[in-house]
Amino acid sequence: MIQRKFKIWLEIDWLTIAAYLALVIFGLLNIYSAVYQPEHPSLFDMEMRYGKQVIWVVLAFVFALVIFLIDARFYQFIAYPFYLIMIFLLIAVVLFGTEVNGARSWFQAGAFRIQPAEFGKVAVVLTLAKFLSTFNIQIHSMRTLTILVGIVFLPALLIFFQNDTGSALVYFALIFTLYREGLTGYVLWIGLAIAVLFVFSFIVNPFYIALIITAITVFLYYQDRKSVLESTIALLTFTFTNILVYIINEYFDLGYQPFFLVAMSTLPVAIIFLAYAIWKRIKSAMYLSLIIISSIIFLSSVDFVFNEVMEKHQQTRILVLLGLKEDPKGAGYNVNQSKIAIGSGGFSGKGFLEGTQTKYDFVPEQSTDFIFCTVGEEWGFLGTTSVILIFVFLLLRLIVLAERQRSNFNRIVGWGVISILFFHFSINILMTIGLAPVIGIPLPFFSYGGSSLWAFTILLFIFLKLDSTRKEFLQ
Amino acid sequence: MKKFDNRKYVIGAIIIAIALAMIIRLFIIQVVDNKYKLSAENNSQRHVVEYPARGMIYDRKGELMVYNQAAYDLLLVPRELKSFDTLAFMRILGIDREYIRENIAKAKQYSWHKPSIFLKEISVETYAVFQEQLYKFPGFFVQTRTLRKYPVPVAAHVLGYVGEVDDRWMEQNPYYKPGDYVGISGIERAYEDVLRGQKGVSIFLVDVHNAIQGHFMDGKYDTLAVRGENIVSTLDLKLQAYGELLMQNKIGSVVAIEPKTGEILCLISSPSYDPNLLIGRIRSVNYQALSRDTLTPLFNRAIMAQYPPGSTFKLVNGLIGLEEGVIDEYTAFSCNGPASVPIKCSHNHRSPISFIHAVEESCNSYYWKSYQAILNNPRYSRIQDSYTAWRNHAMSFGFGKKFNTDIPNELSGFIPDYKYYDKYYGPKGWRPMTIRSLSIGQGEIQITPLQMCNLAATIANRGYYISPHLVKEINGKPAYSDSVTYHKTSVSRENFDLVVEGMSLVYQGDHGTARWYKLPSIPMAGKTGTAENPHGEDHSIFIAFAPVDDPKIAISVVVENAGFGSTWAVPIATLMMEQYLTDSISKPEVEKRMIETNLVARGRGTSDKKD
Ligand SMILES: [Zn+2]
Repeated sequence: MIQRKFKIWLEIDWLTIAAYLALVIFGLLNIYSAVYQPEHPSLFDMEMRYGKQVIWVVLAFVFALVIFLIDARFYQFIAYPFYLIMIFLLIAVVLFGTEVNGARSWFQAGAFRIQPAEFGKVAVVLTLAKFLSTFNIQIHSMRTLTILVGIVFLPALLIFFQNDTGSALVYFALIFTLYREGLTGYVLWIGLAIAVLFVFSFIVNPFYIALIITAITVFLYYQDRKSVLESTIALLTFTFTNILVYIINEYFDLGYQPFFLVAMSTLPVAIIFLAYAIWKRIKSAMYLSLIIISSIIFLSSVDFVFNEVMEKHQQTRILVLLGLKEDPKGAGYNVNQSKIAIGSGGFSGKGFLEGTQTKYDFVPEQSTDFIFCTVGEEWGFLGTTSVILIFVFLLLRLIVLAERQRSNFNRIVGWGVISILFFHFSINILMTIGLAPVIGIPLPFFSYGGSSLWAFTILLFIFLKLDSTRKEFLQ
Repeated sequence: MKKFDNRKYVIGAIIIAIALAMIIRLFIIQVVDNKYKLSAENNSQRHVVEYPARGMIYDRKGELMVYNQAAYDLLLVPRELKSFDTLAFMRILGIDREYIRENIAKAKQYSWHKPSIFLKEISVETYAVFQEQLYKFPGFFVQTRTLRKYPVPVAAHVLGYVGEVDDRWMEQNPYYKPGDYVGISGIERAYEDVLRGQKGVSIFLVDVHNAIQGHFMDGKYDTLAVRGENIVSTLDLKLQAYGELLMQNKIGSVVAIEPKTGEILCLISSPSYDPNLLIGRIRSVNYQALSRDTLTPLFNRAIMAQYPPGSTFKLVNGLIGLEEGVIDEYTAFSCNGPASVPIKCSHNHRSPISFIHAVEESCNSYYWKSYQAILNNPRYSRIQDSYTAWRNHAMSFGFGKKFNTDIPNELSGFIPDYKYYDKYYGPKGWRPMTIRSLSIGQGEIQITPLQMCNLAATIANRGYYISPHLVKEINGKPAYSDSVTYHKTSVSRENFDLVVEGMSLVYQGDHGTARWYKLPSIPMAGKTGTAENPHGEDHSIFIAFAPVDDPKIAISVVVENAGFGSTWAVPIATLMMEQYLTDSISKPEVEKRMIETNLVARGRGTSDKKD
C-alpha cells in the first residue's frame, strides 16, 4: 500500500505541474504589478487584489492536493450528480445571483464571491467524458448527437442568460474534443467557412460575395462533372435571371439594393437546381446548390441581424473588431488601450512595476481579462513570447498525456481540459492584441480571481490524477 | 478510436498556428511598429492645457487697473496631421502657404506628439468659423487664452507687461512650457507667482476625425485650472493718471509715497506708453517701435534714472551736520553770494545766514561750510573716517542701495565710498575741497527719483521710512512681505524738526523757492533742486510733502532739461499734492500751463542712466 502511494507520486506528470506553477507565479507577479499601490507594498496585503490572489493560490494548491488524495474512480462516479448540481446552481444564479459589471453570474456571501459558470466547465467535461466513454457509442447517431448537444448547450444557454456571453462561448470549445473523438471533420471546416463568410460580408458588399460564390460553385461543378454543356447552362441561367431582375428593378424604379436583387434571382434558380439534382441523384450538384442557398441565406441573415436587430453599439463593436472603424473611445477603446500598453513594452519591456499604461487604469479590467497587457508592457516581447510558449508547451504536453491514456474516460477528460484551456488562452490573448472580439474571459492560471483559478486548477489536476493512475484503468 | 489518432496532430497544428500568429502579431506591435510607443505617451488622448485667468490688479481704492480678455490660439499636433484643404484653411485664417509650411515645420521640430502653437490670437469671429470646420483639419485644435486689458491706459511701467517665456526662464522654472505667458516687468513680474494661478490639464479623447469625444475617464485625471489671485496695488489710479497728464510732453518722473506706510501712490515715468500696446500678437511690433523711440518710453525713469540730486541733498547734509554736532540750530555762516568761494551762491540773501533760512534759501556757501565741518570733524583722525561716518548717515536714508521690495529693475543709485576717492586721488590725495560738489548734491552722487521721494517721506516722518512698495493686498489679505520694513535713520528727531521748519519756509517763507505756489489751505514743505546736466539744460527737481504736521503724501518730481527747479517741478508737485489731498485744483491756470507746455524739444540730453 505504501509502495503504491509512493508510485502514484512518481507517476504524476511533473512537467505539467512545472508549467502550471510557472504560470500561476508569473501571473501573481503581474497582478501585483497591475494593481500595485506604493502604500500597500506587501504582497500579502489583504486589502489589495494581490493579497487576495495569494490566498486563492494557496487554496488552489490545497484543492490540487485533495484531488490527488481522492480515489480516481470517484471523478467518473461523481460526473452526472455534479452536472445536475451545477445546472441547478446555474439556474439559481440567474434568479438570485449578484450582478457584477452587467452579468448576473455571481453568488455573494459577504466579501466572498463565487462564479458558478467557471465550475460548470468541470462538470461538463466530466459528464461529456463519462457519456462518450459509454461502451459502443455511435457518435453520429441522432440520439448521441442530441444528448451531446444537450450536455454542452444547456449550461451554455444558462450562462448566456446570465448575460455572460464570453463564458457561454467557452463551451463551444468542446467541439475540439468531439472532433478528436470522431465527430466529422466538416464541423471544423464549416465553422471556419462561416467565420470567413461572416468577416467578408462586412468588408465586401455581399452582392459581390454572392456573385463570386455562384461563380465558384459553377466552376467546381464543371471540375466535378467535366460537362461544358451543363456548366454553361447553369452559368447562363444565373446570369440571365440576375440581369432580368436587375432590369425589372431599373424599369419599375423599385430601388432595391444590389444584394437583394442577387439574392432574389439566385436563390430560386439554386432551389430549382437542387430539386433537379435530388431528382437526378447528382450528389455534387446537390451539395453545390446547397452551398449557394445556405450562403445567401447566411449573408441575408447577417445583413438583417446587423442592420435590423443589433443596436448601434453592437454594430460598432463588430465593425471595430473587423478593423473597419476606428473609435478609440467607444467599442475599440479597451483593445486600443491594450495594444498601446503591450506595444509600449517594446522588445524587453519597461521592467517590473515600471509600466505606466497599465497603471492609472488606462487599461480596464487589467488584473483580470487584460492581465496580458501588464506582461506586454513590463516584460516586453520576451515576456509575452515566454507566456505563449509556456501555454503551448502545456497544451502539447497535455495532448501527449491525453493520448497515452488507456481509458476513454481519461482521454476525453484530457481533451476536454485541452479544449477549454486552448479556447481561453487563444481568445484572451488574441483579444488583447486586437485579433479577437473582446468577450471578457480570463487567461487561465494568470488572471486575478479565485473562481477561475480554482476551476482551471481542479480541471487540470483531476486529469493529472487520472493520468497518474492510468495504468490501473483498463476500461 | 485508433482511426482518429491523427486528429491530435490537426489540433496540435492549430494550437501551434495560433501561437505563431500571436507571436508574429506581438512582434509587430512590440518590436516593429513604433506607433504604439508613441501612442503610449499621448494615448489617443489630447492633453489640453487649461490656462487660468491671470489675477486682476486694482488700485488702492478698488478701481480696476488690469483685467483679462479671452483670446484663442490655434494649436497643432504634428502626429495627428493629415493632408487637408489648404485653400480653405488659408481663407479662414487669413494666412499664406508660406506661413503654413514654416509653422508646421517648426511644430514638428518641437515635438511630434505634443501640441505647439500654430497661430496666435485668432479673433472670436475666426474662431467661430474655424471651430465649425475643425473636423476638416485633423491635428489642429483651438485653445483659449487670456490677454491683459487696461481700462485706463496708464501706469504702464508700474504694471509691467506679460510675454511669452524664453528658454532661460523655462530652464529655471520647469512649471513653464513653450508658449506660456509670464510677467516680464513691473508688478506682473514681481507678483508672477501670485497672479499666474495654476494651469490645469484636461485630457480629452479624440477620434480620427479630430472630434473631441469627451473627457478621458470622465475627467478623473483632469486637473482644474486655478485662477490667479487678485492684487490691490498701493497706486492711486486717479493720481497716477493726473500725474501722467501733467507730465505729458515732458521727460522725467513723478513719485509719490504715503509716508506712514511706504505705499507708493504713483510712480510716473514720462514719456510713457499705452499698456494696451504690449499685449498679444501686436506686442512684438509695438515693442520694437517703442524701443527705437529716442525718448526711450520703455525706460522707467522713476526707478532706473539716476540723477545727481542737487540742492535737495542739502537737506541730508544739514541733517548729518546737526547729528554729528558740527553745526546746530544757531550756527550761522556768511555768504558772499556769487562771489563765494569755492562754490558760488546764486542766491541773493542776508548774511550770515542761520540753519533754517539756509534751507529756505538753499545757500550753497552754508552747505559747503557745513560739509567741510563734517569732514574736518576732530573726532575723526582721517578724512576716510569722517567721510565714512557721513556716508553711513547718508546710507541710512536709503541711498546707494535698492529697497528690494516688489519693484523689479530698480537701480541702487550711488554714494561713493572712501575707497572710490582713494583709488582716484590716492589715500592722501583728497581733502574736503576735492569732493566739495557733494556738499550741494552734485558730483558723483546718483539718486533715483524713487529714492528722492523716499527722502521726502523720511523727512515727513521725522526720521524714519517704511520700504516703498507697490502692492497692498493679495486676494483680500495684507500683502506686506518681510521685505517691507521700518528703517530708522541715524539722525534724531529734533534735527528733523529743524529741517522741516526750513522746508516749510520754502513754501511759506518770504524768500522760499516755492512761495509762488503755496496754498493757504494746505501747509506744504519742500525743497527745490537742480541737477547739473552736462548734455544740455539742467534737470528741474523738487521734493515735498504735505500737510506739514500730518503728512499724507510725499512726492518727488524730476523734469529733465527744465532748468531751475521752481519753474516746473514745484508747480507739478504742488498740483499733485493738492489733487491727492483735496481732490480739486484751486489754480486751474497753473494746471493748464503745465499740461500744455512741451519741454521735450528743450534738450535731447538725458540723465546719466545705467541700463
Ligand atoms: Zn548763499
